[in-house]
Amino acid sequence: MAVETTTRAKLRWGLLDVVVVVFALVPVLWIASLSFKTPATLTDGKFWPREWTLDNYRTIFDTDQFVRALVNSIGIALIATAIAVVLGTMAAYAISRLDFPGKKLLVGVSLLIAMFPQVSLVSPLFEIERQLGLFDTWPGLILPYITFALPLAIYTLSAFFKQIPWDLEKAAKMDGATQGQAFRRVIAPLAAPGVFTTAILVFIFCWNDFLFAITLTSTERSRTVPVALQFFTGESQFEDPTGAICAAAVVITVPIILFVLFFQRRIVSGLTSGAVKG
Amino acid sequence: MSVNATPAGAQAAAEAEAEQPGGRHAAVPEQRSRRGSRAPLSDNKRAERRLGWLLCAPAALVMVLVTAYPILYSVWLSLQRFDLRFPDEREFVGLENYVTVLTNDFWWTAFGVTALITVVTVAVELVLGMGLALIMHRTLVGRGIVRTAALIPYGIVTVVAAFSWRYAWTPGTGYLANLFDGSAPLTERASSLAIIMLAEIWKTTPFMALLLMAGLALVPEDLLKAASTDGATAWQRFTKVMLPVMKPAILVALLFRTLDAFRVFDNIFVLTNGGNETSSVSMLAYNNLIRGLNLGIGSTMSVLIFITVAIIAFVFVKLFGTAAPGSDDGERR
Repeated sequence: MAVETTTRAKLRWGLLDVVVVVFALVPVLWIASLSFKTPATLTDGKFWPREWTLDNYRTIFDTDQFVRALVNSIGIALIATAIAVVLGTMAAYAISRLDFPGKKLLVGVSLLIAMFPQVSLVSPLFEIERQLGLFDTWPGLILPYITFALPLAIYTLSAFFKQIPWDLEKAAKMDGATQGQAFRRVIAPLAAPGVFTTAILVFIFCWNDFLFAITLTSTERSRTVPVALQFFTGESQFEDPTGAICAAAVVITVPIILFVLFFQRRIVSGLTSGAVKG
Repeated sequence: MSVNATPAGAQAAAEAEAEQPGGRHAAVPEQRSRRGSRAPLSDNKRAERRLGWLLCAPAALVMVLVTAYPILYSVWLSLQRFDLRFPDEREFVGLENYVTVLTNDFWWTAFGVTALITVVTVAVELVLGMGLALIMHRTLVGRGIVRTAALIPYGIVTVVAAFSWRYAWTPGTGYLANLFDGSAPLTERASSLAIIMLAEIWKTTPFMALLLMAGLALVPEDLLKAASTDGATAWQRFTKVMLPVMKPAILVALLFRTLDAFRVFDNIFVLTNGGNETSSVSMLAYNNLIRGLNLGIGSTMSVLIFITVAIIAFVFVKLFGTAAPGSDDGERR
């Protein structure tokens, strides 16, 4: 009797799981499917391709337009992530470990930035960056990305840092290590998983941005892929760019899928740990 | 940008503050007295302070420089007639730009569209997100699979997802458009708005669910079991046991999703490009700036959006006081 109930419960949950998985995957599968369709079958309205081709991928990797945008996307996201995580780690360590006046102010400022409407920055940043010569450059995008990634980095890292056994730090200090040494030698290795998770979240955030990328760039010099997609014209100007856009879209989705597949547990704990802790 | 993961730790911050002796408001005098009683500071204490400031300075500096200065500059720009196509006509005009924008039909249409999208998507996401959170938290089978799948909409580039929806609803090409006799829903206002909302909901429900799941994890299992033994139905357990415990998590999720939804841009840009009166305020600000090159009007809209968001945040904090991050100091103790 009891066994029967569990089987039925399992079936019910399984059914719900399937609904979620289908709901989540259909749009992704659809754009992937489009990217493998031949031009002749592109508009047949079928969910799965009838004829498969890799031509769309060949096309985009043959054009400078896409390759350049991909390099920009990767470079800008990586640099912004690295800087944001380093600055975030420093601040989060101070917040979770040290006692100093102004700590709450920093937490408050981070919170305000997290709620800040980014579009409000678009007009002034456009003008400021033009004056400073940062418009349409990598630093011109990296700077706002760091800014808006920092609250995320600081919160996530603070939550992780609270779970670290800090007695080890005390022990190290008793053995004569300074605060700085205790941080580098003892705490940093323990904190590495949290830092890594934060890096993934920050990277996803930078990788995703469209608003800053479309307003603060104007040429291929610093256009990222989400923006470049808007300017795709296909092989010739008169060709329908749908296939090429879909192929490019799939290419920039691959890293996200890999992150999610390999680090699901970390990402979930990174996004929820803060709240669970309480 | 709809992927803004920042609220995740907001609660952590709230908790962190609650843990501290004395809330934010009480912090100043208390610290002063503490400082007084402790003076003179030991070398160790002083070093700790210096290190604290040193470690926080770079992050604080970047955050303030890139937001505070531009927003003030934006206020300054909004008081000028400043069209990049006619730079010579630049002059101080006071509040003229505000009058222009606030008496403009396009602005109010966009404002209405944005408000509608915000209210509808957040409401739907709360319900769906709660369901998804329950599934991710309690499912007996395939927990890993379901969580992995749910993370895909969260992580995917919004523009990519938007293209997927656009082609899905393109007559001839799309599997969805063909279900509806090959009509062209993205050329009509009501159906366009519905598709924009669908795209938004698909993208951000998992994030809402993750925030709610964090709250769900706080519900004591014993309490649920006890309620069950006492004969509570599933619905009663949900409303009488889970919801009260989850309230803070729900409010934080609502606040952040509302503010995030209000800045809807990517999906509209790709799906309709603002056609058929589907522009959001962000879209309108973008159009005035980049397409119209009108810095004065663009900045005015920037300031107005900033004020609106500030009001929304303020109302949330006032209405739900205790649960809002950073404001719960006193009551939690």
